[in-house]
Amino acid sequence: MKITSVAQLVEAANARGCSIAEVVIAEEARVSGSQPSQVMDRMVGVLQVMRAAVERGLSGEVRSRSGLTGGDAARVWGTNRSLAGETINHAISRALAVSEVNAGMGKIVAAPTAGSSGVLPGVILTIGEQLGADETTMARALFTAAGIGLAIGAQATLSGAEGGCQAECGSAAAMAAAAAVEMAGGTPEQAAQAAAIALKSSLGLVCDPVAGLVEIPCVKRNALSAVNALAAAEMALAGVKSAIPADEVIQAMGEVGRMLPEALRETARGGLAQTPTGRRIAEEVMGRNSGGQ
Amino acid sequence: MSVFDMIGPIMIGPSSSHTAGAARLGQLARSILGGQPVRARILLHGSFAETGAGHGTDLALVAGLLGLGPDDERIVDAFQLADAAGLQYNFERVDLGRVHPNTVRFVLEAGDRRVMVTGSSVGGGRVLVTAIDQFPVELSGEYDALVVSYLDQPGVISKISSLLAMDNVNIAQMRVSRAEKGARALMILEVDQPVADEVQRIIGRLPVIDALVAIPRVIGQKGGETE
Repeated sequence: MKITSVAQLVEAANARGCSIAEVVIAEEARVSGSQPSQVMDRMVGVLQVMRAAVERGLSGEVRSRSGLTGGDAARVWGTNRSLAGETINHAISRALAVSEVNAGMGKIVAAPTAGSSGVLPGVILTIGEQLGADETTMARALFTAAGIGLAIGAQATLSGAEGGCQAECGSAAAMAAAAAVEMAGGTPEQAAQAAAIALKSSLGLVCDPVAGLVEIPCVKRNALSAVNALAAAEMALAGVKSAIPADEVIQAMGEVGRMLPEALRETARGGLAQTPTGRRIAEEVMGRNSGGQ
Repeated sequence: MSVFDMIGPIMIGPSSSHTAGAARLGQLARSILGGQPVRARILLHGSFAETGAGHGTDLALVAGLLGLGPDDERIVDAFQLADAAGLQYNFERVDLGRVHPNTVRFVLEAGDRRVMVTGSSVGGGRVLVTAIDQFPVELSGEYDALVVSYLDQPGVISKISSLLAMDNVNIAQMRVSRAEKGARALMILEVDQPVADEVQRIIGRLPVIDALVAIPRVIGQKGGETE
């Protein structure tokens, strides 16, 4: 069973009386010719890389080579003026942490991309902490996320150059929302609803990186996408449904991506990249680089 | 696409195309040379030239030439490691015309060996070597491969493919290009199983063969990128 849609994942899970994660684990074991336990062990290893990146970012010692980003994760983590509560604060901090490590040439898991690598660790490690979940439960949630990501890849795109930021951070939010729902004991249908709600809320988000670097605004959009995922999961677990089914939202995302002008798809020729400040920063970064070689 | 391509690869940031792909292109160029280069001219085209430094493309390319993979945390120290390893390198900007925006050309030297390798980072960390010296090729790094340089004449292809078949090596993709009929030709064989050293030696000793190098794959190793 090649994974091609969210509806197919939900149907398969319902037919087998299991979670989306279990369907994805079985499929991966089949395709790779390994045992489900081996596939799970490998994902636990992936989760450990995510956790190490979070810890490194939260130390506050990471700076990017351009000097544009770093240190904000520690700032949010250590704040004594939290308005949003611990869960949201921790999800934001962890997502920022991984994104800062990514910008600082540290080791991360591209999930689904390097530019959106903060979202899943932000959500899964935070919900895991809140639920007191073990490594296996969190690794299983990464399979839920992967299933949604594969369904997005089959029907739209996960590349900012093709679909804008909605394809990267938006997809990561949808993947994380579904994962959070399954971790919290929600049904496959509720996981699908959460993915739909999170992706709907990201539609149209452009990819407009200042100086073409994966820093401004990418690092903060990772944090916002983690919060988007938590909000979507909160609604779906309470029984809220998306009027538009997940697969149609995914196809709409692909369609919106194709309608986006190239200037808003990772070329740094529009949006924030072309604001006066964005251009000034770009000139400074380029100047430093050409002087440095 | 595997689950571990979606939740993965494990890599050094910040960009799968500008960092992870760049390291893989360096690794492939090193393999095509047949070992550690002593001197490397690195020509950067398009987006690699424009935003490469901010993405650590320069570090990742040199790291790859030193044999480091996209998940190796020593990538940030690549310039110091190159100095220590006696690898001299320099970067130049170049316009290679109508090629992929993320393209690099390496001119590598070691002893009397010299090779020019052109390749592109085509998205998500996937790469494609598009030329070796003057020969157009397609080498993705997703398979183990053999690069065979030989004098174009009848029977070479069947000889090599039967030697591989006897060793139960299946050919996934094969491409031959030559300067002109009867001149030096280049064969790229992407294979499903690694080719045993002994079989490589037998092929390399065929009278018409100038050179043979084995290119280990750089993408999708079983067991994951953490190794």
